[in-house]
Amino acid sequence: MTIASYDTWWWPYLFILIAGWLPTNMWRYLGVYLAGTIDENSETLVFVRAVATGLMAAVIAKLVLYPEGALAASPVWLRLGAMGIGFTSYYFTGKKVYIGVAFAELVLIAGMLFGI
Amino acid sequence: MQLFSTISDTNAHWFLRGVVCLASIPAIILMGAFVGFVGLARDAGFTLAQTEFMVFTIWALPSKVVLIGAVLAKSSLVATFIAVCLSSFRLLPMVVAIVPEMKTDKTRKSTLYALSHFVAVTGWVMAFDRFPKVPRAHRTSFFAGLVFVLLASNMALAVVVYQIADDLPPLVSAALIFITPLYFTFSLWGSARNSSAHYAMIAGLALTPLFHHYLPQVDILGAGITGGLLAYFTARVMRRKAAQ
Repeated sequence: MTIASYDTWWWPYLFILIAGWLPTNMWRYLGVYLAGTIDENSETLVFVRAVATGLMAAVIAKLVLYPEGALAASPVWLRLGAMGIGFTSYYFTGKKVYIGVAFAELVLIAGMLFGI
Repeated sequence: MQLFSTISDTNAHWFLRGVVCLASIPAIILMGAFVGFVGLARDAGFTLAQTEFMVFTIWALPSKVVLIGAVLAKSSLVATFIAVCLSSFRLLPMVVAIVPEMKTDKTRKSTLYALSHFVAVTGWVMAFDRFPKVPRAHRTSFFAGLVFVLLASNMALAVVVYQIADDLPPLVSAALIFITPLYFTFSLWGSARNSSAHYAMIAGLALTPLFHHYLPQVDILGAGITGGLLAYFTARVMRRKAAQ
């Protein structure tokens, strides 16, 4: 049974609900349930937060190392270099997100324009 | 300002503050995330209505990308379910971490369950970043204001991006797509509450190529959980040493 199995207008929507919404939201609801059983100042929460942050870092790394679409045309070292310069400027200018984004983008665009 | 001070203890006020803090983020950041995703959805044969339905019901970007990837590979319903299940697991620790930040003794369970649907990386990072400045009693309202408008503006943007995604010059597309990981990195770094979160970020980033090479199906889960574990225990050992 795939998304193309039934030729009705509602099947793709049902497919998205069963194969997309259900496996996504069951974790969210389980999270609310579990949060109710964990003490707010407990060590468990520090641990859970570290794992959540690690998972998000992995999402970021995938977006940079194995990007989708047009970004994939740029060399990986250019993306990493742009990110490094962006992070350095973010870190040393009072941690302003926009400054980091702006510097990294400048490096990426310049690099792609000059074909380096 | 006087008006603000008299109503600053109402939920409506903090709901609006949540909305306003979104207006401070250029719409271009949202667009960046959407150029890649909407283009992919269109290439996979999803109509605009189906794409919007996906945005609304799933909301978390990596889960949507996994769903589209499975559809492109002509995967079965069960195989797609399992793939999305694995990629969405990360929402569990994210929800467990954010709920205590916005819960009070009076908060209804149903409110938390309803709001949990809107937990995804962008809203999570922004909320964590700003919660210290929001009174605890109004954090659920603040979060609601933030995520409702975030979702609504993403859905509106999807309409535009769906039309133009394929016509954008490659350089513009690349620059837009690059904004998302940059924005995530800097705000995640800034929203960390303790050193173990910083270690977790570094470890998660560094381990991803390794897991992508050896366990490509579960690279995010593998690198993220291993990185989180390493970071937690490193921070613990360092704390112990400092205490001695």
